[in-house]
Amino acid sequence: MRLGKSLVASTALALIAASGAYAQSLTIATVNNGDMIRMQALSSEFTDATGIELEWVILEENILRQRVTQDIATSGGQFDIMTIGMYEAPIWAERGWLVSLDGLPDDYDKDDILPAMRAGLSFEGTMFAAPFYGESSMVMYRTDLMEAAGMEMPEEPTWDDIAAAAAAMTDRDNNINGICLRGRAGWGENMAFITTVANSFGARWFDEDWNAQLDSPEWLEAVTFYNDLLQNYGPPGAANNGFNENLTLFQQGRCGMWLDATVAASFVTNPNDSTVADSVGFALAPNKDGMDKRANWLWAWALAIPAGTQQEEAAMEFINWATSKAYLELVAEREGWANVPPGTRTSLYENPEYASIPFADMTLRSINAADPNNPTIDPVPYVGIQFVAIPEWAGIGTAAGQEFSAMVAGQLTPEQALERAQALVTDEMEAAGY
Amino acid sequence: MARSVTTQRKSFNTLIAWIIGLLLFFPILWTILTSFKTEAQAIADPPVWFFFDWTLENYRVVQERSNYSRFLWNSIIIAGGSTILGMIIAIPAAWSMAFVPSRRTKDILLWMLSTKMLPAVGVLYPIYLIFIQFGLLDTRVGLTIVLMLINLPIMIWMLYTYFKEIPGEILEAARMDGAGLKEEILYVLTPMAIPGIASTILLNIILAWNEAFWTLNLTAARAAPLTAFIASYSSPEGLFYAKLSAASTMAIAPILILGWFSQKQLVRGLTFGAVK
Amino acid sequence: MSTKASRSAARLMLAPAVILLLGWMLVPLTLTLIFSFQRYLPLRGGFQGWVGFENYVRFVTSSAFWPSVQATVIIVGGVLLITVTLGILLAILLDQPMWGQGVVRILVIAPFFVMPTVSGLVWKNMFMDPNNGLLSHLWRSFGADPIIWLSDASMLSIILIVSWQWLPFATLILLTAIQSLDSEQLEAAEMDGAPVLSRFWHIILPHLSRAITIVILIQTIFLLAIFAEIFVTTQGSFGTRTLTYLIFQRVLESQNVGLGSAGGIYAVILANIFALFLMRIVGKNLDR
Repeated sequence: MRLGKSLVASTALALIAASGAYAQSLTIATVNNGDMIRMQALSSEFTDATGIELEWVILEENILRQRVTQDIATSGGQFDIMTIGMYEAPIWAERGWLVSLDGLPDDYDKDDILPAMRAGLSFEGTMFAAPFYGESSMVMYRTDLMEAAGMEMPEEPTWDDIAAAAAAMTDRDNNINGICLRGRAGWGENMAFITTVANSFGARWFDEDWNAQLDSPEWLEAVTFYNDLLQNYGPPGAANNGFNENLTLFQQGRCGMWLDATVAASFVTNPNDSTVADSVGFALAPNKDGMDKRANWLWAWALAIPAGTQQEEAAMEFINWATSKAYLELVAEREGWANVPPGTRTSLYENPEYASIPFADMTLRSINAADPNNPTIDPVPYVGIQFVAIPEWAGIGTAAGQEFSAMVAGQLTPEQALERAQALVTDEMEAAGY
Repeated sequence: MARSVTTQRKSFNTLIAWIIGLLLFFPILWTILTSFKTEAQAIADPPVWFFFDWTLENYRVVQERSNYSRFLWNSIIIAGGSTILGMIIAIPAAWSMAFVPSRRTKDILLWMLSTKMLPAVGVLYPIYLIFIQFGLLDTRVGLTIVLMLINLPIMIWMLYTYFKEIPGEILEAARMDGAGLKEEILYVLTPMAIPGIASTILLNIILAWNEAFWTLNLTAARAAPLTAFIASYSSPEGLFYAKLSAASTMAIAPILILGWFSQKQLVRGLTFGAVK
Repeated sequence: MSTKASRSAARLMLAPAVILLLGWMLVPLTLTLIFSFQRYLPLRGGFQGWVGFENYVRFVTSSAFWPSVQATVIIVGGVLLITVTLGILLAILLDQPMWGQGVVRILVIAPFFVMPTVSGLVWKNMFMDPNNGLLSHLWRSFGADPIIWLSDASMLSIILIVSWQWLPFATLILLTAIQSLDSEQLEAAEMDGAPVLSRFWHIILPHLSRAITIVILIQTIFLLAIFAEIFVTTQGSFGTRTLTYLIFQRVLESQNVGLGSAGGIYAVILANIFALFLMRIVGKNLDR
């Protein structure tokens, strides 16, 4: 058949074109977050210096995760550099899917990377992904509203302080909600937050024999508390709000308080985007009265090289550029210190210019307060604070997240949501052979 | 259709039809309007309608961030290529079923349609693995073939129903006159079939242009069409309605314009054998 | 009428299409079938042994299965109901003489050209967002509390978005069918003083029956596969997890390819049962 032949021929042509013309070109998959878009804009510097061309694949977070996971699990080889998180790094490294970053040159100064970040991106002591920016979570609140209510936010608040402040600041007539929290379903959305609340209330996902623990009284207390906060003081439609929706609300002045990622600090204090830029205060994530565990998480978006790429050396060179001290200085020079990707290097926080930024200190303290190896009060068989570092987590986290989201929407009680979540987690763990 | 109607009734029809038409078009209009606003105006309450400082800033930002022309070009190649390739295969197939029917024709036709029942998400892994084997990932050739295959049943069916409406006597007359198979197709059938072919082509281009699962999952940088372009503008950090609107407008404008210009052709042939 | 030669020529012309579609059906289907009998967890190292029908049992007994079938039926049924009903009315309206008919027709068919991802994003953010969406502004301007579309009316929201996209398609096909209606017959009925409703019921609707079947068949094929609209709006929350979406969650979110593949096979079986039923009707029409 002539058609068949021409198809084969054109396929072969495409292959030749693919392997020949793009020899010195890296394909980079990344998230459409502000810091990454800035990196893309600045990357011409890298190309000018090295002659290595860059092809950017910038996708929304959920789509990106799905694409890179699919590609690495099948050795598709579509990307030379992938942006992954603290959840994926150790799991993929264990499978041997990532190139070790031991090959980074000495002047990269690995020891300068914040210990928590480095630990979270390593497997058996070897670093497999380089942090591009890191974050914990903290309380961001409106100083003007607190003042008007005659209250003061302690630097280290308890959940009772948070509930009291939320009640005082809520002003429905003026469209001000006391507190904004994540409600949209997803293991990286509402479950990240809910898990930290649960941790601070003494709950845990699994006991040491991998039995799901969502039927414990601690979980019920934590989830009820979270649900009450949103029902009483949260914005309408909280069940659909993720990081970005809450950011918009806070920037519009519609939230008294927002507990979320420390990276948000630079957005809410940026006068170009935020109507409340000059009246934002920061506090550590809360703990429960009498319990010694704060509700802060730990996360990093990091650059990693999939094993099997044809261009390991060039990829290493790019990572060396994008996560170096020099890159931080480049951003500072072009866009100001407030826009530097935060949370990765000790030297950044030792820099007096950076330390003068209002949220620098609280970010560092939050990151240091997080301990992924001991996330809960009772011992657990897993690492990870706002996630459980096992391959099944993305599935169970999102499925459970949908039940809690339905709860926030008023369709389930906390008891029902937990009961369903417990059942489906048990199911999935059985299916995975625990 | 020369039905005589009163002006009053005509006015009434016009009014209702325009209201419904504008209502249906409104989301698109609003997207286009929003794309010329600043982010703050985009979420303003009460909404701003036409009187605001029109700005091209969003388009500039989008253009700076993504190489629009490459996404556009990929979309054109993939949608166009899969349509051409599909027609080359579909026209003979539909012709033979319409004019030389056998006992099994109907079964074959229905079977072809049923191949569209395989859920794409369920076969992503197999297809991905096959694509890796043949080095087709992130190539326009690969996407062209897949989109051709998923739309082929619809194309064949549409053409078949259209061809069937061409009266068989004309063919017999042509044969009597000594026309061969080639002449028959070229000079007798083709002119009669043009409206059907044209609207099949148009429908296929639209379907291929808007396909958002395979185009997203089988591409990375080189072959990514406009569906992937859009995926980098959904819910980033901060306010994004205006930028999303600009990106959306850029993604749908080409096909919208094509659709508008060819609206008549599309309507004429889009019968699926419904007319009888 | 066909000679032996033309019959073999016809077979030759049909062959490429049949072979290609056969390959496109059999190869992925076979692989999916093979996977469905495996413990196949890519994140745990891929193939982990044969498990017989375990995946099939697990998929069907999971608490998410029947709700997802139900959600699929409601969404497909809801969209069909809306698009066919409104499509008929709109087609009749557009067939009437009016000023600016061409422009109105363009306005009506425009949503069909919008890619599903874009329409999902635009509806979700710019219209249905409870804080900044246009609909929430509208509700507030009447002093009402805005509807929280995507969680409190999640099914309705999805059905609305999808219907908006497919209404033009239904309208177009029905309009072509109406235009072929013998207008003399209608006029005669009008002269006889037959009321509007009876004219619709006894003349227009029977004439459209074939077109309606075709609209239902084609739309069903596409609607069973809707994915992007759900992915960008509710992500399967609030009861909008269709069978397609459930399979997506199994295969890609949980990375359990074996389980997801079993789900895919179920989906094929259910879709084909549904289609068989529909095609019986259309098949009859094709004979005419």
